[in-house]
Parts: sequence; structure tokens; C-alpha cells
Amino acid sequence: MKVELKDIHKTFGAVHANVGINLTIPAGTIQGILGENGAGKSTLMKVLSGFIRADRGEILLDDRPVIIHSPADAIRQGVGMLHQDPLDFPPMRVIDNFILGQEGGLLTGQVDARQDFKKLAEQFSFSLDPDAYVDSLTIGERQQLEILRLIWLGARVLIFDEPTTGISAAQKEKLFAALRLLAEQGKAVLFVSHKLEDVEGLCTHVAVLRQGQLVGEAKSPYTTKQLVEMMFGKAISVGDRNPCGKSDRVISLQNMSVEDYRLKVQNVSLDVRGGEVIGLAGMEGSGQGLFLRAIAGMVRTVGGRIIIGDRDLTGRSYHTFKKQGVAFLPASRLEEGLVPGLTLTEHFIMAEEAKGFFINWEKGRQLAQKRINDFNVRGTPENTVESLSGGNQQRALLALLRDPLTMLMLEHPTRGLDIESTIYIWSRLKERCQKGTSILFVSSDLEEILQYSDRVLVFFSGKVTPPLESATLTIEKLGELIGGSGWADLTSRKSA
Amino acid sequence: MKKNAWINIGFQVGALFLALLITTLLLVAAGAPPLKAYASILSGAFGSLNNVEQILITWSPLLLTTAGVLITFSAGLWNIGIEGQMTLGAIFATGVLRLLQNTQLPAALIIILGIFGGMVGGAVWASLAGALKTFGGVNEIFGGLGLNFVSTALTIYLVFGPWKRPGVGSMSGTQPFDQKLWLPTLPHTELSLWALGMSLLVIVVVFFLLRGTHFGLRLKAVGKNPKAAFLMGVPTWQYSMFAFLLCGAFAGLSGAIQVTSVYHRLLPNISNGYGFLGLLVAMLINYQALWAAPIAFFFAALNIGSVQLQIQYKLDSSFAGVLQDLLVLLVLLGEGARQRFFRKV
Repeated sequence: MKVELKDIHKTFGAVHANVGINLTIPAGTIQGILGENGAGKSTLMKVLSGFIRADRGEILLDDRPVIIHSPADAIRQGVGMLHQDPLDFPPMRVIDNFILGQEGGLLTGQVDARQDFKKLAEQFSFSLDPDAYVDSLTIGERQQLEILRLIWLGARVLIFDEPTTGISAAQKEKLFAALRLLAEQGKAVLFVSHKLEDVEGLCTHVAVLRQGQLVGEAKSPYTTKQLVEMMFGKAISVGDRNPCGKSDRVISLQNMSVEDYRLKVQNVSLDVRGGEVIGLAGMEGSGQGLFLRAIAGMVRTVGGRIIIGDRDLTGRSYHTFKKQGVAFLPASRLEEGLVPGLTLTEHFIMAEEAKGFFINWEKGRQLAQKRINDFNVRGTPENTVESLSGGNQQRALLALLRDPLTMLMLEHPTRGLDIESTIYIWSRLKERCQKGTSILFVSSDLEEILQYSDRVLVFFSGKVTPPLESATLTIEKLGELIGGSGWADLTSRKSA
Repeated sequence: MKKNAWINIGFQVGALFLALLITTLLLVAAGAPPLKAYASILSGAFGSLNNVEQILITWSPLLLTTAGVLITFSAGLWNIGIEGQMTLGAIFATGVLRLLQNTQLPAALIIILGIFGGMVGGAVWASLAGALKTFGGVNEIFGGLGLNFVSTALTIYLVFGPWKRPGVGSMSGTQPFDQKLWLPTLPHTELSLWALGMSLLVIVVVFFLLRGTHFGLRLKAVGKNPKAAFLMGVPTWQYSMFAFLLCGAFAGLSGAIQVTSVYHRLLPNISNGYGFLGLLVAMLINYQALWAAPIAFFFAALNIGSVQLQIQYKLDSSFAGVLQDLLVLLVLLGEGARQRFFRKV
């Protein structure tokens, strides 16, 4: 089936997630959709699969204009999407999941479905036991189940959102073989990814999104360099880095290992000096978030030691870390950082050491007003935090931090903020560094990483580079490492 | 801001009228003249001094359960188990009184110990629901509901088993205590100023706890966003657990008061729905402790007043419950509608 997207626009509040995107995908092709986090890939795919409606624009399937009302409607029209986290029902059996999306009828027609399931599985050489429970399957196998299900429901356009995250190399081979087979059968396959090597190995056509716009298309043969340039823009002048004075080491990681259900980060050793800024680069879910939370004491490590100051804090809770002067600022400000429904004054009172049993409201209000002025927060002490804009919420979070701090961990400190707020926030962070606070931060903005870090760690599916002096890095080099290429040079250079 | 407040009040008054309208239709359908029925509720509640006493006697346990659930609601917990916690308060109080009634201890001390025992009993029962929630991942609604059934069974077992009256056990409860173990009441009435005083004290304490203390603020933060509260340094599960303990202690106090000042014995269904009614009051006042006393009083008056409906019109006295439930339902519904239609205001 041929897919055409015409002039697709979508805004979320002030964010223009898709800006007039035009893209044609002929039947029988594997189309790569490439872009950084937040480039608008997911939004575009959600529009096509009926999860959200575009503000403007048209979708044509086989030259016929269609309106897609819901995911169920999408599959009726032949469009199926495979999500990054499989949307299945772990406590149920494989065959029940397979049947679930079927339309109409009280009886499920188990017997027929079983035969169809076996036939399809054979066709793609997937070995799935229809009676196994889904929670006993690996992510890769759950993907296979989802592919079979969508095809059985009649999907002729298949969208894969970051399908290679969290699956084994062997499963990836199988997946790619299946995708090629789908294309041979005349289906349109959309492969959304930020991994250059996967896109290169698979896609004949590539479209690159950046900041909501389609910035370029490439047909094979194309080079990595072309794609990286399109993804991150041409080299942009990076201002002076103004490195901070580096005192003795304050944090030492010794062979630290941490893992979650899909990722392992193993044997990382790192010494962080006082006042140093370390940027953690990598595409979302490459392990940098897990790593950061482990050093903050929010995720238990599975091996190695974490030493902060001169205390071994391995295995201690976040609150113990906090007492040692560690602070963590999460990316999701309203979900994890602030308490919706409480006012700024109430937040400042909570953030300070509680003195006495009763709250001194007048003092709290004065403190709030002072910090609001200091940090340029546009709001009053009586405002609830959810009524503030994103930039002001981030300023408020910074204003809530206690002084002094040994170490500050930030997840995407300036995501979604305008340039003015970004510069302001980093100037405040740099002030902290001058006073000896070390900063570790995760960001998907490569310029931000290069601009503000003294050293950089790059993450790719759980692998970590040794600390790289950011002065020796370029955006292109960083982009390659993030996409998983150029790692061989790194190790050979290190061993040399 | 001002406009917002008026819209709020408008929706609440609207809900009240709608609740009255539906109740009126139900009265008509049941064959009772609505206006006269309302008049009889009113006279049933305030027609005589005796009736007002009855209201005050009902008010006291209701205030305590409301105070308790205000604490757990602030922590984001639905403590449905409050009925059981009240029952365990009654059981523990009865147990302490039975244990000490034949000793040489002064009666006043025995009563105080009994009341204290009731609070401990309620807190212990609440801590079970809390532990199930915190360590076992059992939703407090299910845990609490299950424990309510267990508490009922325990009462029946005690009344017909180990604590049965001399001779044969009966649904009317255990052997009443000697009058010296009764909480002092006003002469010629069953109204105990001690019970009323304790209840009012508790609701005032809860008001200040939630309004003006670090503990209350952190509890609210845990209720509204546990993740952020944790990051800000609040030990979240300890706070949840403490909210359960506090609520259980208040519910236990309420049960102990029923034993020491109203029934003077343990009987089945001693919690009498006050726990659930307290939940309704807390929802109706949108968790603002300031309004707990008047609204609980209003509910108590409805309960007492509607007894007249049964006498005069042979309607079931649970008609008060219908009006109360409708009121809560419609106020919540109105709140939902307001948020939907006036989101931008």
C-alpha cells in the first residue's frame, strides 16, 4: 500500500511538533524515519496510526484521501503500528493476545485463529508457543507476536517505533528479515529510529526530521556523514566553554554496574572532580538515565562501589545521598519534581529544613518571594506550580535546591525551554560549579553537551565510552558515537 | 479568582437543589407528601431537647471518623477499612474494661485505659491495611474492605463465644458494664460531654495539623505526588503508614466512645456505618477540615430526623441515607462538570 502524507501540522500548546510535513512512501519500500529525540517522529507516526489527529493536512492511502479516527480505525484501513513498549497484555497467553484486536463476534474462533497463527509464524520463521504466557517472553518475541497480530488483522502499512531497542542481535536479524519479507509482499514499512547503523543496514529510503520539519530525504546509496549532517544540522559555532576550576575528586565510581529489564550498564569507573561538569550523551534509553539515577541512589546498583566525598554510599537510599549533598532534578518536572496542587510557598517550605512543628507561613512566603525574585520566576508565592510555564517550573526547581551541594544531577535541564531560559539556567548552574558543586547531566541536545561539559560520556545500548575531553569532540563525532558507529576507533585508540 | 469562587458555589448550590428535587420525586413515588415529610424530618431533628441530644450523640463518632479519613485522604489513601478500625476500637475498649472491671483500680482510670486501648486497637487494625498496602502492594481499598469483614466476624465470635452473656449469647451483645464504668453523662440524658469534647478536640487538632504544620504539608505532598515528595526528601512510605495509624487511632477512639458512653457493652455492628458516613462527609467538604463540624452535624441531624419518617409515613429510616448519598454524588458530579466546562476559567 502506498502512503502519502501531505502538509501535516500538529501543535501541542506552544510546541510545533510537526510543521508542514510532506512524505510519500511507495508500496514495497522500507522507509527509515530518522531524527533526534523530540524531532517529531513519534508525533507524525501517531497521526498516521490514528492515536492523534493532525491540526491540518491530509493522509492518502493508495491515492485515496482518508480520515483516521482511532487506532482501531487505522487498522481497519490497513495501518498498524508497533510501539516501542509492546502494547500487549502480559498476564494473558500468546494466542489470546493474538485474537484480542479482532472485530465483532461474541465467539473468538480460537481454532481458526490458531491455524492462522501457526501459518503466519511459519512464514516469518518465528518460533512462538501460542500457549505461553506473554510475560514469559522477551521483548523481541513480544514484537514478533505483535507483528503477526497486525498482519493477521490486515495491516498493509506497518510502522515500527524504535524496534531495535532492547532486543538481542539474533532477534534483530530475524526482525530485519521479517521487515524485508513484508516489503517484498508489497507492504509499506516505516522504520522509526535514531540508530544510524540500523537505518543504514535496512532502509532504502530515509527521511530525516529535525525540530518538527522534514529536513531531508536520501535514497540508497547514502553515507553516514550525510545523515548525521541532516540530523543535527551543519556544524554550528559553539561559544567559549569557560571551564571551571577543578579541585580534588569528590565522587568516585568503581566498576559500578546497574541494570533494568532491558539494559545493562556494566563496570563503569569514573572520578568526578569538584566543580566539574560531565555531560552524558546518547539517545533516550541508551543507559545514561539509568546511570544517572544509580549515582543519585535512586536505582540500586548491582555491582561496584559509589563513593561520595569520603563515604562509601553503595546500596544506600536516595535520602542518604541527599544528606551527603546530592540533589537530583528529574526531566518530568510535574510528574517527579514538583507537587501539582501545592503553591510555590509550600514548595519552598518543604525544601528547607523543617524548624519546629508549626509552619511559619509569613517566613515561608518571604523566602518564596526572595527566591522568586532571585531566580526570575514569573509567578507569585501563591501560584500553584502547575500554573507556571515550563521554563518557570525549571527555574523554580533550581530555586528549590539547597546550598551548598556536593553534586547535582540533571535530566534534560533545558528540554522544551527557549534560548533565553536555557542561557539563564546554565549561568545559574555554572555559579554552582564555581562554588565547587559537580554537575552530571543527561541531554539529547549535542550542542548543549559540547558547550557546557568539561568531559563527556557517550552511551549506546548500555555501552559507555571512557570519559572524553569535550574540547577534542565535534558535533559530527558525537553524533556518530550516539548512533553507534565509530566505537571501534575509540577502543583501538585507547588500547594503543 | 473571585469569579472562580462564585462558579464553585453556584455548582454546589445547584447540586443541593438537584439532590432535594430527586429526593422529593422519590418521596412522591413512595406515597408520602414531600413537604410534610421534610417538615417531619425537621421536627424529628430539632422538635425536642431529647432529639437534639440524640443528634449530638451521633455527631461525636461521626466527627471522629471524618477527622480520621481527612488524614488518610490527605495522604492520598482511601481508607475504606475505617469501619473495621472503629469496630476494633470497640473490641479493645471492651476487652480492657472486662479485664480491669473487677480490680481495685479507680473507675476513672479504667475508663481512661479502656479508651486508650480502643485507640490502640483501631491503630493496630489500620496498620494491617497500611502494611498490606506498603509492603504487599495490596490496594488499601481491598485490604480495608477485607479487614472490615474480619472485624465483623470477630465481633460475632466474641459476643457469642468467649464474651457471651451468662447463660446464652445474644445479638444484643455482651453483659453491660457496671454503671461506674460508664463515661459520665449529663443528668437524665445519654449525652456525654466528655465524648463530645474529645471529638471536637480531635477535629480541631486535625484542622491545625493539616493547615499549619510541616507534617501536614508533607502528608499532602505525599498524597498529591509521592515521587516528587520522595525527591524532596520526604520518607513517603513512613508518612503513609503514619496516616493509617493516626486515622485508625481516631476511628478506635470513636469505637471506644460507643462502648463507654452509648452502649456500655460490645454488640454486633457497633460501628453502625459511621465510618462510611465519615468518608461521605470528607468527600462532600472536599477534604477541607474547616467544614467538617457543620456538615457532620447536618448529616447527624438528617439521620435522627428521618427516624420520624418511619413512625409517621412507614418509610424506611434509611431515607436520610438516600438524601446524603445523593448530595455527595451530585456535588462530586457537579465538580466534574465544572472542571470539564470551566477548565479555562
